[in-house]
Amino acid sequence: MTATTDLEADFEATVAADKRIEPRDWMPEGYRKTMIRQISQHAHSEIIGMQPEGNWISRAPSLRRKAILLAKVQDEAGHGLYLYSAAETLGVDRADLTMRLITGAQKYSSIFNYPTLTFADVGVIGWLVDGAAICNQVPLCRSSYGPYARAMVRICKEESFHQRQGYELLLTMMRGTAAQREMVQDATNRFWWPSLMMFGPPDTDSPNTAQSMRWRVKRHTNDELRQRFVDMTVPQAEMLGVTLPDPDLRWNAERGAYDFGDVDWAEFKRVVGGDGPCNEQRIANRRRAHERGAWVREAATAHAAKGNSR
Amino acid sequence: MTVDAGWPLYEVFVRSKRGLNHVHVGSLHAADEQMALLNGRDLYTRRNEGVSIWVVRSDAITASSPDEKDSFFAPSGDKVYRHPTFYTIPDDVPHM
Repeated sequence: MTATTDLEADFEATVAADKRIEPRDWMPEGYRKTMIRQISQHAHSEIIGMQPEGNWISRAPSLRRKAILLAKVQDEAGHGLYLYSAAETLGVDRADLTMRLITGAQKYSSIFNYPTLTFADVGVIGWLVDGAAICNQVPLCRSSYGPYARAMVRICKEESFHQRQGYELLLTMMRGTAAQREMVQDATNRFWWPSLMMFGPPDTDSPNTAQSMRWRVKRHTNDELRQRFVDMTVPQAEMLGVTLPDPDLRWNAERGAYDFGDVDWAEFKRVVGGDGPCNEQRIANRRRAHERGAWVREAATAHAAKGNSR
Repeated sequence: MTVDAGWPLYEVFVRSKRGLNHVHVGSLHAADEQMALLNGRDLYTRRNEGVSIWVVRSDAITASSPDEKDSFFAPSGDKVYRHPTFYTIPDDVPHM
């Protein structure tokens, strides 16, 4: 009993001193479970996140845009793998994580359940969705769990390209025809509110936040990050020449921040709960890709066995 | 449904440029060493991050146990005389 108490005290002291917890350190079961859930859901989001944009690779309007989009989708795959690698240091099995995704046992970010209807969506995803992701992820570079923090450093470096390519794409379209400008506005209208939902439920409805902040696996509350994102994004929208679809959005000089309208949390809950526009399609695609890859995995295994027996 | 092909886990080390050590960057699954190298290249050096990669099966690594951390590293803890700052030398002694 004293031993456990000592271990727990060690853990608490390490976290309180802003030092990192490493894979073989003792950690409370709750911490381990929280980290496995956080990291694996993040990994799943990167993997499913390939689909909305992957949808446009074959229809990108130029070789330049196609090469950029391919590189970006490859990065998402890479980010998923960095994160699965971090999750595995906590003692979970990769195959098991894959199963949890393709059976729907575990969630991924609700944003990827919205469809990409036009090429402007590719730009808006880079600008807003990756912008929101960066807001969320930069503080995670200081997560108390070492392998996760290190993966996030690598990911954040690469996300910067994602956001800039999206914004540049939109700037280009805004210099184009009236129809192109309309596409950008329409995509902005569709993705603005779902992007705000990416920060998760409001603080009043986020019971785990306090514990996560104490464990330093979360550094800011959902509402703080959402506010930061709005404040960063409004001037970018002005530069771009689009309107953000929120009549309540206005500068509040007293707070030194933008006021904005209420997010439709009922919609958020519906989409997280599986009833979004593309939930079924995303999981079905992922499952199909996994099943169709089975023969490749089997062949590689057979080849490796042959190599070992020689 | 076959999910797991039972591929072992490999740890990946990358030398970012000549003159520097290989540094651990993460892990990946592969059927064999050759595939681990190729996957390591695709996963960890998409932006010229490396000039050389090592891969080693994770189960081939022997590590010190974190439970022993105090006693295991204790022998170096009380030997302050191994550090140059242990010695007081007048400020005007040149080149030291």
